[in-house]
This record gives sequence, structure tokens and C-alpha cells, in this order.
Amino acid sequence: MTEYATAECVMLAERVFSVKTRFLAMYKKANAGHIGSSLSCAEILVFLKFAWMRDDDTFVLSKGHAAAALYSVLAEANVLTKSQIDSYYEEGTELPALPPFNTIEQIPFATGSLGHGLSVSAGMTLGARFNGQERRFFCVTSDGELDEGSVWEAALFIAHHKLHNLVWVIDRNQIQAIGRTEDVLALEPLDAKLRAFGFHVITVDGHDFASLLAARDECAGLWTRRAAPVAIIANTVKGNGISYMQHTVDCHYLPMTDAQYEQALAELKRAHAATVHGDRNAG
Amino acid sequence: MRAEFAQAMVALFERRKDLVFITGDLGYMALEGVAQAYGERFINAGVAEQNAVSLAAGLARAGHLPWVYSAAVFAVLRPYEQIRNDVCLHKLPVKLVGNGGGYAYGIMGATHHALEDVGALRVLPNMKIYLPLVAADVARVVSTMADDPLPNYLRLGLSAELPGNVPAFAPWRLLKPGRSRVVIGMGPVLQGLYELGDQTLLDELEIWSVGTFPLENIPADLVASIQEKRRVITIEEHYRAGGLGEALSHSMLTSGVVPEALVCLHAAGYPSGRYGSRRWHLAENGLAGPPLASRLNELLRA
Repeated sequence: MTEYATAECVMLAERVFSVKTRFLAMYKKANAGHIGSSLSCAEILVFLKFAWMRDDDTFVLSKGHAAAALYSVLAEANVLTKSQIDSYYEEGTELPALPPFNTIEQIPFATGSLGHGLSVSAGMTLGARFNGQERRFFCVTSDGELDEGSVWEAALFIAHHKLHNLVWVIDRNQIQAIGRTEDVLALEPLDAKLRAFGFHVITVDGHDFASLLAARDECAGLWTRRAAPVAIIANTVKGNGISYMQHTVDCHYLPMTDAQYEQALAELKRAHAATVHGDRNAG
Repeated sequence: MRAEFAQAMVALFERRKDLVFITGDLGYMALEGVAQAYGERFINAGVAEQNAVSLAAGLARAGHLPWVYSAAVFAVLRPYEQIRNDVCLHKLPVKLVGNGGGYAYGIMGATHHALEDVGALRVLPNMKIYLPLVAADVARVVSTMADDPLPNYLRLGLSAELPGNVPAFAPWRLLKPGRSRVVIGMGPVLQGLYELGDQTLLDELEIWSVGTFPLENIPADLVASIQEKRRVITIEEHYRAGGLGEALSHSMLTSGVVPEALVCLHAAGYPSGRYGSRRWHLAENGLAGPPLASRLNELLRA
């Protein structure tokens, strides 16, 4: 279990298990889709919230279609209440399928239309620089989102203005709405593209906390030198951890049947027991 | 108006330090003074209007007062969804500035004209639009916008030069009295009414200028004029859809001020498929010169 050797990794594994269990329940109750999108970024969001961000840092989920994962993380951090979470998708809820505007302080911008989050993050980062603040900004985009030209406008701007305290994480799950990214509009070689734009690129396993923590430590060194802005390519799996969803386009859309929900929970529990307790035969 | 705008922005910087000026790589021989005064707070964001507008939203979220400058058509239509989502939905005080409203870019041609900017923005929540008329309006409008907590759009054009004293900028302004018709216009296109070379015709026209959208309540003096004269003409350097004529129709009907006749003079675009100066396009659209005179005379005979 070397990959989960540290206490921090165990803490994060407990958190992500709780976060995933919560949002699977939300999706099931709502009979809603985008489950695969939340599963691909769950570890990233938990890692940012519980292992990297300070209270005055700001997070933007540019891939707003994974809002359930964000809501669940905010509930995990006691920002959202159980009754708010229970209202997800209900008539009159504060928590629609994609993030709301001007409702929750920790959600500075309503996202969901792709290609906005990186630019608003750049604006807030520049604003903090003008304010003389040392705050940091974290923005998670999807990979399909990189089809939007505005993302590359933002990338040019961030690199040109050396917004080094803005961390851009790309949830590289290889699948966009109705196809594989490399079949729809090829992104590779993505790391070379980002480097050419002026980013310091770190590639991680987006489901492995040790790998994510190593990226955090690499950034700390970069920040002391105020070096290039950072783009983290987090290689992930759409529908990660749930065997029937993994690597499928379907999990972008389809809600879970009762049997699928039971299967998902069982697989989640089994994997969690294996990682945290080293019991690969658990469950 | 561009020179007055640049001067006003420099003056504004002396009383407010939260300003950020973003240009979409336009403003040659116009914004140099702004760049010098604003220092690091002057940003040429490049030819990237979508990013510029979202960037401004982020800056506003961080407590700053960002202004985004470009040609009207590029400032409004290229980043339209960014204006809708990141600025208007969030009710952030981002100040969009479009130079060359209407046909102001003249011979540059159709891609540089902005004939639907006001209509496009009028439908967005929280957006307030400012339309200066004469050069002296610009400083007052800039100052008003700086104190307005809403998203704003400033439509700059070629300043109208009008005879006599023009009242200070206001949402509604009576520019001159007249005998039999009420003419209501927005922006510098109103100048054409004074250049018809027909004093008898001009004497018939009571002329009002609209300075802001959404339209404020029709002032009592104008209500009285409409009720007395019964015939209203609107004039605008903008397509009919979404423009002043439509907005005023709605305001009049919903406030029970119903004229006998309403004629809306507006841009039709490029009827002949040919190009020219702003004056040429205005004339082709019946908004200036002899075509405007003959149209008005026709209306007066009706």
C-alpha cells in the first residue's frame, strides 16, 4: 500500500469515500446524470479542498456539469447543510444541476457553459494581485472544454501575465459529451501544447492522492520562484471506480437504476476498504 | 467621443483607484493617455474579447471596477455569452465601452458597424445602457457609470454637433420645442434633423433625446406633448428589432400614453449592398440628408 502510505492520503481517502457516497445518493434520489463527470474529478476536488486550499483561496469548477461533486465536497467541509444537499434537483432548490450564481460564497461564478471558468479565475487572480493579496486560485476544467477557443484566450493571458498563483487543473478523462476527445477534436499532445503556451505542466494520476500531493509540493517550489503558471493534467477515468460506468460515454448522461446504484455503492465500499485498510478482499 | 472618453477616464482615475482599463487591442491614437495614467491597471488583453469580458467579471468579483473597451460590435457581440453569464447574471459592475456605435465606422463596412448592440444588450438582466449625444455628455456619463453598481454599456459614436445650448446628459432631454410632431431619438443620429436645410420643417419638430436603457418612465412634459401633438416619430442608428422604437412603443402602451400615429425611422442595414461613409449609410437608410427630409415632409403632409 505504498501509494497510500501517508496519513494525509488516508485522510483524503476517507473524505473522498464520504464525498462519493453522498453524491451517488444525490444522483440516485434525483435520478440524474453527469455521474461519470463527478467520479472523474472527485479525488481532485477533495485533494484541493482538504489538502491544498487555505480558507482565503478560491475555487472555480469550470466543468460545472460536475456540480454534484462540488456540492458534496462543500457539504463535507460543512459549507452546505444536509437540507441543502437533500434539496438537490428538487423544485425550489438552491442547488441546480449546474452551479448557481450569487447564492453560495464558495461558488464565485455560475458555470456550466464551458470555457468561462479559466477567464474569471484569471480576473480574480489579477484582482488579488492588484489588492496585494497572496491568495491562490484553483480552476478545474474538463478536457472536452478545451475545444472552446476562450480557454486558449485565457491560457495566453495567464501565461503572458505570469499569474503563477492560479492553478489550472485539467480533468483529462478522455471522454467528452458524445465521444472520445481524440476522436472528436484531438487534444494530444496536450502537455506540449500547454508548455508551448508558457505553462509549467505537471502530469498526475488524478485518482491517486500521492500523485496529487507530489504536484502540490512541486508547485510550492515553483511559487517561491514566482515561476511560470501551472497547468496540471490529471489523467482520470470517466465513471472511475464503478465498473459498468468506467470509460463509457453513457455515464455522462444516464442515471442509475436501483441495481446499478447498489452495485456502485458496493464497488465503492470494496475499493475503499482495500485502499484504506489494505483489505483487498473486503466486501 | 473617443477623445472625450479617454480624457474622462484619466480624470476618473484621479478620484478612484479601483479602476482597471482593459482594451481589446484597439485605441491607437486615443488611449495612450489612459495607458500612461493607469500604469499596470491598463491592460491590453489582445484580440480576445471573450477572455477580456470574463476577466473583467473576475476583477469585479475581486472588488475592482473594470472597463472593457473595443469597437462596439466586438465589445458586445463576440463575448455575448460572457456578458450574459459572467457579468449580467452575477450583477457585477463591469463597464463595457463600444466605440463606433451604428454606422460610425463608415467605409470599414458591415463587419465593423454595430446596428444591433443596444437591442442585444437590452434583453439582458441588470444591464443599463448609456447613449451620449454630444461631446460634453461623455464626461458626465463616465462619471455616472463609475457610480452605477450595475453592468453598463457605453455606446460611443461621432459626437453630434447641435445648435444652441444642449441640456446636460439625462435619461430624457428636450432638445428643442416644435409645433406638430414629437421626434424621439437616441444618440448622434439626431444631428441629421438639424441639417435638413429646411427651417419650416425643423420648426414642426419637437425633439427629444433618449440617453439610457431600460427606458425610464416617460417624463410628464413628454407625455403632455404626445397627448397634444398625437404624432410621434422615432429615429435611431440601429435596427428596428430591439431598438428605441420598439422600446418606446412598449413604454407608451403600458403607461397609457397612446399616440394616433407612430413612425419608427431606423437602420435597415445595406439595402443597396454598397458601402460609403457614415453619412452615406445614414442617407441610404433615410436617417439623414435629403431622404430624411423627404420622409419627414411626407409624414407632415399625412
